[in-house]
Amino acid sequence: MSDEPRIGVFVCHCGSNIAGHVDVEAVAEYARGLPGVVYVRRNLYTCSDAGLTEIKRAIVEEKLERVVVAACTPRTHEPLFRDACREVELNPYLFEFANIRDQCSWVHMYEPEAATQKAKDIVRMGVAKAHLLQPLEEQQVPVEPAALVIGGGMIGMTAALNLANRGFEVKLVERESELGGQLLYLDKLYPTQDDALPLVQARVAEVQSNPSIEVFTSSVLHELKGFVGNYEAVVKDEEGRQSSFIIGAIIVATGARVFQPVGMYNYDGQRVITQLELEERFKAGEFDASRVVMIQCVGARIPERPYCSRICCTTAIKNALEIKSHRPDAEVYILYRDTETQGTRYEAYYTRAREAGVQFIRYSLRHLPEVSGERVVVYDELLGAKLSIPYDLVVLSTPLVAHLGIKGKRSGSRQGARELSQMLKVPVDEHGFFLEAHVKLRPLDFATDGIYVAGTARWPSHLEETITQAYGAAARAATILSKDEVTSSGVVARVNEDLCRGCGRCVEICEFGAPSLVELLPRVEVARVNPVMCKGCGACASVCPTGAMTAMHFTDEQVTAMVRAALEETLLPL
Amino acid sequence: MEKKQGTLSIDETTTRAILVIGGGIAGIQAALDLADMGIRVHLVERLPSIGGRMAQLDKTFPTNDCSTCILSPKMNDCARHPNITLHTYTEVTALDGEASDFTATILKRPRYVDETKCTGCGECVLKCPAKVPDAFDMGLRERKAIYLYFPQAIPQVMTIDPDHCIYLDRGKCGACAKVCEADAIDFEQTEQELTLDVGAVVVATGYDFFDPRGLAQFSYEQCPNVITALEYERLISASGPTGGHLLRPSDGQPAKRIGFIQCVGSRDVRYQQFCSSVCCMHSSKQAVLAAEHDPEAESYVFYSDFRASGKGFREYVARAEQEYGVNYVRSRVARVAEDEANNPIIHYENMETSRPARMTMDLAVLATSLIPRPGTAVLAQMLDIEVDTYGFVKTEPHAPVDTTRPGIFTAGCCRGPFDIPESVVQASAAAARAARVVGGV
Repeated sequence: MSDEPRIGVFVCHCGSNIAGHVDVEAVAEYARGLPGVVYVRRNLYTCSDAGLTEIKRAIVEEKLERVVVAACTPRTHEPLFRDACREVELNPYLFEFANIRDQCSWVHMYEPEAATQKAKDIVRMGVAKAHLLQPLEEQQVPVEPAALVIGGGMIGMTAALNLANRGFEVKLVERESELGGQLLYLDKLYPTQDDALPLVQARVAEVQSNPSIEVFTSSVLHELKGFVGNYEAVVKDEEGRQSSFIIGAIIVATGARVFQPVGMYNYDGQRVITQLELEERFKAGEFDASRVVMIQCVGARIPERPYCSRICCTTAIKNALEIKSHRPDAEVYILYRDTETQGTRYEAYYTRAREAGVQFIRYSLRHLPEVSGERVVVYDELLGAKLSIPYDLVVLSTPLVAHLGIKGKRSGSRQGARELSQMLKVPVDEHGFFLEAHVKLRPLDFATDGIYVAGTARWPSHLEETITQAYGAAARAATILSKDEVTSSGVVARVNEDLCRGCGRCVEICEFGAPSLVELLPRVEVARVNPVMCKGCGACASVCPTGAMTAMHFTDEQVTAMVRAALEETLLPL
Repeated sequence: MEKKQGTLSIDETTTRAILVIGGGIAGIQAALDLADMGIRVHLVERLPSIGGRMAQLDKTFPTNDCSTCILSPKMNDCARHPNITLHTYTEVTALDGEASDFTATILKRPRYVDETKCTGCGECVLKCPAKVPDAFDMGLRERKAIYLYFPQAIPQVMTIDPDHCIYLDRGKCGACAKVCEADAIDFEQTEQELTLDVGAVVVATGYDFFDPRGLAQFSYEQCPNVITALEYERLISASGPTGGHLLRPSDGQPAKRIGFIQCVGSRDVRYQQFCSSVCCMHSSKQAVLAAEHDPEAESYVFYSDFRASGKGFREYVARAEQEYGVNYVRSRVARVAEDEANNPIIHYENMETSRPARMTMDLAVLATSLIPRPGTAVLAQMLDIEVDTYGFVKTEPHAPVDTTRPGIFTAGCCRGPFDIPESVVQASAAAARAARVVGGV
């Protein structure tokens, strides 16, 4: 390549999306005068077949060495234009996107002149960067067609079985001594009122007889290294025995626990109990009460725990119906704030409870119910009056909360959500629930490739929803495991080892575990970046005190050239 | 984009393809997951573009992400994925065989535009003389008889509406054909039937909205400033008929005082007994958007039970109340009247005080129920799957994405009212279940 690369600029009308607000002809004409630009073309839709063919033709015939497309957005269209370059053997990283739609025509719809000027500025910046673009290489990494599922409850087992039945090896890790999770402690399931135990036992049996699933009970994840397609996991059991294996993907299905209402509403585990304790009594045949008052949102939807736990209204209805089926003449009151019975099934379930004679009484935070030795006093918001209800049993509906880590005598005996999140390098939210990559469209993915989440470890969910999530997470994991190899981006961080002094700041700041320190000489450490793990976010480059770390494709030189171009009408000597 | 169209060959390789019916977010996600597992997918959409309901929304709760902006990349991924064949403007007409060995018959309606030639440039639209209410924009503005379904449509090709095209009606005009440089207009195009061998089917045909004309007390028909929630989405969308300005349909004046009425048709023994799941949240979002567009806007949400148990929902509602000043009124709305200035007057019982009250608004927005599509029953019969008592595709709580027929799975709002993340999760789940039928590791 000569010193002055031959640059082609393609200005897109995007139908009227850009051309309706920006004088694209003027922008194209302007681009023609920019240094290094040897070819300019306008297209109605640069992304159309015709537009892409034209780019490819120009690369070959006009001997273009850099391509700048001034168009919609790299978010959706960068891969398309990179592919076009790749097809005619121009390194795809020699392509630059000048975003004149999302960042210009759409936001300046009513200022056509200013928008046109800004579009010129953006193109000038893109061309300035294009001068300094470097070809980058992508890496192919083989994928190990095996998965690690953390959590042996209904969710983990369901996900493991789906993957195993599709031919993938699965390692299933459960911290308790037996598979089954929370369902082992439940009496019935809503809205069917089926017994919980047969469902979970059947699934345990399926898992145990599946030759592709290896189960580790009383075990936790002890160590994790590697990256998508090639994670190296070490699992440790209570005796300290370790097993290690390589897996391509990981599903987190560690569940949640029920909040204990210690010190609330005279909770004593005898006459004031939790829903879970009520279910234990049903199971043991020890339920004996004819006047039952259930209080919803105990420890939920309050300032210190503002979320709604989603499953408590339906759980209360389930147990209220169960009481009514044992004793049709029993009085059951549910003191609620909002009935959270969405959709078809649960609204019908709510109706069924009212028809069975369960009394629903609305209270608010302004007047909390009071539980004395004999009675519950509640201000009925709908009636506008205080009610005093005698009871045999008060049942508190408490929310699901994230697992806490408890340091046992045996190392790693209790792994909480936060400990696990640190080991996996994936985030949890302020409540300790795992935080997905995108709440709306990537609900089961973590931002880290190859790690997925399902069930109540993510958020309180009905059993139906968690089973759905289990299958969903299995599908997401299978999208990785089905591939022979994964391709990593060329846009990664790179270290100049001559400048690196091994301070490790890059290692600290990286969310993806990409940089690590290696000993070059005795006591001389330098950072190295695993390009497969690197997301190219540039956090390391920004904290590097010596300038050793560079975010490729966004190098200081490239960004500085863009800033200069933005601030000045003409390009300064570079 | 649909290059393979018309030259489709029956699949001969070891793993059977999977048919996904419905190109909304659920169908798109199921198709992408399956395709990324190396399974070939036929994605059938009855409208001219994939995208579904989500494409019509402005922003989405609880993140206020622009709906199109997060949907578009997935639509593009579908179009570009080598394992996905898009069949837009197409419906499934028959399904024979059994799990792992189905034969589906699909019927592609004529667009009267050659998809392989059309560049989507829009010159034809400028010249077309026939105007039609735009269904994508809920009839709030007009489109031409030749049209792009919406600006980000996939595929980016035009469609001629045969009911309104002057040439197809009277044999005269042809303005579009004259200006089309790509020579893409083809008035001779006919419907095309294809058969596909598939191993499994995912039904993701989505939902419809309850028509509030059935509830005369809300004055939807009489009062121009009573609109539905979906109409509100189009009104407040930057790509919508008012360019994102919240203007009253009656006089084009900015709406400053907006009432959001919940459960219109839902939780109602006469109409839908179920709860539509998403309205408490989408109304909160709409109220937040009103405040973002105009800090002086006042919003009132009239609700009976407030349902917000999804991730981050209660926090969102708290922000709506505290930061954006949205007013939540626990109430039962009895009726909506109208004053001489076309202002809707909301009559309600305040459930906090148990007293009747009324408020005059600039705009009233009806959160109408999410109901089964009218076509769901027909489709279910053709696929030989059951529907539930409400007309949604029937599933069991512990096998949530399996229909009553082996090899056919379902996701999203054709099986009940769900929000977007739930639909996405179900789509991935249906993909996992369907993939098991065809094997294909």
